[in-house]
Amino acid sequence: MQRIGVFVCWCGSNIAGTVDVQAVSDALKNEPGVVFSTNYQYMCSQAGQDLIVDAVREHNLTGLVICSCSPRMHEATFRKTAQKAGLNPYMVEIANIREQCSWVHKEMEIGTEKAIILGKAAIAKVHLNAPLTPGESPVTKRALVIGGGIAGIQTALDIADAGFKVDIVEKLPTIGGKMAQLDKTFPTLDCAACILTPKMVDVAQNENVRIFSYSEVTEVKGFVGNFDVTIKKNARYVKEDICTGCGACVDKCPMKKNPNEFNLGMDNRPAIYIPFAQAVPKVATIDPNACNMLKNGKCGLCARVCTAGAIDYTQKDEYIEEKYGAIVVATGYNPISMDKFDEFAYNQSKDVITSLEFERLTNAAGPTAGKLLRPSDGKHPEKIVFVQCVGSRCDACAEKGKEYCSKICCMYTAKHAMLTRDKYPDTEVYVFYIDVRTPGKNFDEFYRRAVEEYGVHYIKGMVGKVTPEGDKLIVQASDLLADKQLKIDADLVVLAAAIEPDKSARPLATMLTASMDTNDFFTEAHPKLRPVESPTAGVFLSGCCQGPKDIPETVSQASAAAAKVIGLLVKDKLTGNPCIASSNELMCNGCSSCERVCPYGAITYVDKEFRMPDRTTRMRRVAQVNPAVCQGCGACTVACPSGAMDLRGFSSSQIMAEVDAICK
Amino acid sequence: MNNSFLQEELIRESGVNPRKCMRCGKCSGTCPAYEEMEYHPHQFVYMVETGDIEPLLNSESLYRCLSCFACVERCPRGVEPAKLVEAVRLAAVRKQGNNSLKADDIPSLSDEETPQQLLVSAFRKYSK
Repeated sequence: MQRIGVFVCWCGSNIAGTVDVQAVSDALKNEPGVVFSTNYQYMCSQAGQDLIVDAVREHNLTGLVICSCSPRMHEATFRKTAQKAGLNPYMVEIANIREQCSWVHKEMEIGTEKAIILGKAAIAKVHLNAPLTPGESPVTKRALVIGGGIAGIQTALDIADAGFKVDIVEKLPTIGGKMAQLDKTFPTLDCAACILTPKMVDVAQNENVRIFSYSEVTEVKGFVGNFDVTIKKNARYVKEDICTGCGACVDKCPMKKNPNEFNLGMDNRPAIYIPFAQAVPKVATIDPNACNMLKNGKCGLCARVCTAGAIDYTQKDEYIEEKYGAIVVATGYNPISMDKFDEFAYNQSKDVITSLEFERLTNAAGPTAGKLLRPSDGKHPEKIVFVQCVGSRCDACAEKGKEYCSKICCMYTAKHAMLTRDKYPDTEVYVFYIDVRTPGKNFDEFYRRAVEEYGVHYIKGMVGKVTPEGDKLIVQASDLLADKQLKIDADLVVLAAAIEPDKSARPLATMLTASMDTNDFFTEAHPKLRPVESPTAGVFLSGCCQGPKDIPETVSQASAAAAKVIGLLVKDKLTGNPCIASSNELMCNGCSSCERVCPYGAITYVDKEFRMPDRTTRMRRVAQVNPAVCQGCGACTVACPSGAMDLRGFSSSQIMAEVDAICK
Repeated sequence: MNNSFLQEELIRESGVNPRKCMRCGKCSGTCPAYEEMEYHPHQFVYMVETGDIEPLLNSESLYRCLSCFACVERCPRGVEPAKLVEAVRLAAVRKQGNNSLKADDIPSLSDEETPQQLLVSAFRKYSK
């Protein structure tokens, strides 16, 4: 039999105003097992806690019931108090007589009656409480960053800076991501490459960082502090450690007509290629779908010109297994396909381009060496129309487009318009907008400069259709403020395509058992207060995989994610939550229901030998809970048909005892 | 003038929710009959939303809409302005009261190539 102490808190007048606290402590004194009952003005104060400690010692209490505010508020406080008094912290139960009682009732009589009932329920539960000890697990002091764009690079640099090992896995042949493709960055117009490439070099030279380029994560097992990850290094048919990046092979390769991904297919690259001059690692890669040697066994020119002897046509995909303590997802974004937006004639005319293609057209390292020329005839465009919100802010039921605002388009379009007018003042520039959204430091000032200093024509309205006519594009649009329909004979039309998470994110989320929203953006543990953590312990989020973001925001989030990772990796051991599921193996029938509902992948099945009553042994398949992964959500206890799953600290018998006490 | 009874009827009959409109003007940007109209597709949506329906009922714009449904196809918010125009047109026809199509007229109007469905829908519209 437990020796229970009851402590009723007044919470000033918060509770005592609607609950007769003296009546509550008197009534609960007569409950079975209760040997001490009192009330006090502020139980959470130092004096209140001392009162509890003294009572435990004086009356040899084994269990405590605190009738006070929500356990969310002070459960941790009173557990520490119990520990100070020499009790197991899990021998404390809170009866919430504030949020669920005094704050919602007006009459003293009703409030008091309910407080007594809630107290009785907590007493009934504490009778069945058992001491719990949180488990411990070691932490592998190495982090994995998936994605090598600016988000992944910044996260890796910050983690490495704190002295921990980091691996970056990037699926393309070089790190750098989308930022490497940009020309200038708003609102200060620094050249993207000039600020990004030093970081790429830093990360490559940092001895704590390893870069697996042209690689992908294929399997993730384990749990926070102890992930086992398989990384597939795709064969690039070039020995990475030997290649000097001299480019002789690239010059000599005869298979030159392959769409250049880095320039979004606006020019061609050879079958063996280095994506761009500052690529990291600066190593050539052979495209197996384009290389004549790999396809037909004929050619071999690159191997002959390579003085380093780095070409290896027999290279195979390689699988690397590594242990990590934390995983950061930084898989980034892509512009959506324009295929469904026929009204803008993207597939009919080469001169209708997306904004990312426009970046390449104005980039000094792009297909036109930075000269703004029409893709169709290489002429300088005299009239350019920018269309905002193409595929953003669409109806949820619409077959095309996304429901959300892509966030970055207003600013980069202002940048494009401004830079065009700066370099080519004779060009007429129109921007069709629905709203101009500029919530960022110096953002609105930037947009106003485009209008006031650079004379960009901002027109409130949307483009209805674009029709190629001769070498012109007839843009039909509405000007809502003038209440007119406009027809503009443009030379170039630039579509601000919505952005969406990279396609690799969905299968990765499945591997990580990390949750996603309907748009395939990763969800945060809390949208406001835990924005860089995934609900899955040990998995963190960086950059656009969590939602559309510009560069300043991405970098802030990347550093925040790194701080969270560092906070995890500095620990030698992780202390778990002891209120987790456990299965009674004798009752488990091996049905796998719990495994299927577990959102954290904490349950596995093992074959185990059991002694039968007739002294024979039998193999049975039973559920096992990994205490380091289980978050104590209780889904499995509900799903289990045989009642074998139970949640420690919230067992079915404890909850039934509470219900019984309330209904009595 | 706010006409909330007619407004509700138009919304119910057309199945269009004008509140979904984000005022981008793509409907009017895409409309081939724009120049012929006094009130343009986006204005139909806005005026029904604010209950300012009388001017629409009396406007020739009703009969300038070609029902090409380009606005329905391209509206990013799925507002479907042409369906609203159609509903206003029906309301105008009804308001005139007299049946403008009588059963006796059918034999002289129909020939082998006239689809039955057209006659049925003409009845629905023009004999109230």
